[in-house]
Amino acid sequence: MDLSHIFNSKKIFSISFCAVLFSILSFSAFSQEHTAADTAHAETSVAHAEGEEKDEDISKVILHHIADSHEWHFFGHVSIPLPVILYTEAGLVTFLSNKFGHSDDGTQLIEADGVSLVKYHGKYFYPVLPKNDHGTYIQYDSRGDILNAKPFDISITKNVVSLLISVTVLLIVFIGIAKAYKTREGKAPKGLQSILEPIILFVRDDIAKPQLGYRYKGFMPYLLTVFFFVWLNNLMGLIPFFPGGANLTGNIAVTMMLALCTFVLTTVNGNKNYWGHVFTPHVPWWLYPLMIPVEIIGLFTKPIALMIRLFANITAGHILILSLISLIFILKSVLVAGIAVPFVLFISVIELVVGFIQAFIFTILSALFIGMAVEEHAEH
Amino acid sequence: MIVGSIAGIGAGLAAIGAGIGIGSIGGKAMEGMARQPEAASKIQTAMLIAAAFVEAVALFAVVVAFLGTGQVN
Amino acid sequence: MTLLALNPLVSPDPGLFIWSTVAFLILFFLLSKFAWKPIVQALDERERSIEDALSKAEMAKAEMAKLISENEDLLKEARLERDNILKEAKEIKDQMINDAKDQAKAEGAKLIELAKTEINNQKLAAMAEIKNQVSTLSIDIAEKVLRKQFEDQNKQQALVNDLLKEVKLN
Repeated sequence: MDLSHIFNSKKIFSISFCAVLFSILSFSAFSQEHTAADTAHAETSVAHAEGEEKDEDISKVILHHIADSHEWHFFGHVSIPLPVILYTEAGLVTFLSNKFGHSDDGTQLIEADGVSLVKYHGKYFYPVLPKNDHGTYIQYDSRGDILNAKPFDISITKNVVSLLISVTVLLIVFIGIAKAYKTREGKAPKGLQSILEPIILFVRDDIAKPQLGYRYKGFMPYLLTVFFFVWLNNLMGLIPFFPGGANLTGNIAVTMMLALCTFVLTTVNGNKNYWGHVFTPHVPWWLYPLMIPVEIIGLFTKPIALMIRLFANITAGHILILSLISLIFILKSVLVAGIAVPFVLFISVIELVVGFIQAFIFTILSALFIGMAVEEHAEH
Repeated sequence: MIVGSIAGIGAGLAAIGAGIGIGSIGGKAMEGMARQPEAASKIQTAMLIAAAFVEAVALFAVVVAFLGTGQVN
Repeated sequence: MTLLALNPLVSPDPGLFIWSTVAFLILFFLLSKFAWKPIVQALDERERSIEDALSKAEMAKAEMAKLISENEDLLKEARLERDNILKEAKEIKDQMINDAKDQAKAEGAKLIELAKTEINNQKLAAMAEIKNQVSTLSIDIAEKVLRKQFEDQNKQQALVNDLLKEVKLN
């Protein structure tokens, strides 16, 4: 694999320029939201020591940033509400998330289509009546876990909107390119086509062909879709404002879905050798009781590792950037920005590379697992 | 004042291990590339895959640290 | 599962899971039908055509080289032929000239010989003529002298005597 055509100096320059822009914007967007959350918290907070509250608050804000939400926050108090779709005991309930105000602390009962609900930390629960000591309808067990029952939540959340945006972008871009290939048949690529063609060729020649050999053709659509889906969402996650900002590939449900797709493909395409390797491994027979369970667990750990790797990489990057910015608020000095912002810039540039590398790793490992499943002769 | 959890220390220890691992992968890959510049692209791919495996271990530790610190309240 | 449920970060949200599965599958099917198939095909096609063109160019180049070498061979042959022809012509010319020279020499020699014999013949004829004339003339003169001499008998006698003396001497 030769990455030099991707990391050449001109592109590095434009990437770093974009990163500067992003980090400055993310800084401003974050600070606005932080103050908003801060004031919201101040209104409702119960008595806590000042410093402790601040620390807890910042980690909460960071977690809030990388978590899903029922509204898309822009800046200050401006946010667009997103539709909430709940499958409750009384059937499907739908309403816009701002219909019942912005209460998020479990103190307010919501009566939607005859179902009473309560919103707590961005999630909808069935209330436990009556109110507890803190004035909320939430009930905890001894370990602090919530005991309230939940309706099945299939809302169009921020992540879902981001997902739909990225899917639309991918469809428009690639179907457009496919058209360009038809109209400009046999000619040199042009415009967007010439930007993406080397990457498509990269997926084909450096990911699919080495891992899958001559069978690569059948798996090309899956590998290309996964690669561009993960890459685009990694990049969109790094954009701090509207079309991006959702931490989609840093969400375990999405990575789980992707890993499950790879798992299904490996399982469905697994040939006799693959299953033979699992159920009759090349070890003395008396080791079978030990090896077969290990091999079966191995089948599942591979996609789980895929899932965790992508999720943790992207989430860790986001937490890192947010933590560095939070330093300004933890140390309560604007001067810290002089150190924190260049660091954020540096990490953002690294995250751009990580976004590409993780998409590459996810795709190449998927190809590797599929390749192991369809390989005709076992190597060992 | 130090706030954190034992899980955080665990994640840190895992990060040390992964750091050593990735460091040696990178170092050996450089050595290999210096010895055989014509195989550089192959070594690079293998290096990235190996680094991803090692990194995953550290990230598992981070995830475990998340599991331990997840009190909703 | 209770451990997983602890942190919202690591517990997959079923709603998002369903949405992402649906969206991803739709994306996958649409893209593989309307995007990847034509793109991959077009890329393969183009690669093949480039390869074809390259191999064709290579072939044309080889053909050209072959033609050029053939031409060169032909040229060389032609040159050789020309040289040979020229050489032969020169030889023939030289020979012809030599032949002509020899012939001319021979002819000249013959002519000279002829001329010489002619001249000799003429000379001989002329000499004979002159001899004749001289003899007649001398006979005439001798006749006249004799006539004059022998007008007187004495002198005749004397001469006869002289002649006789001479005969004796001889």
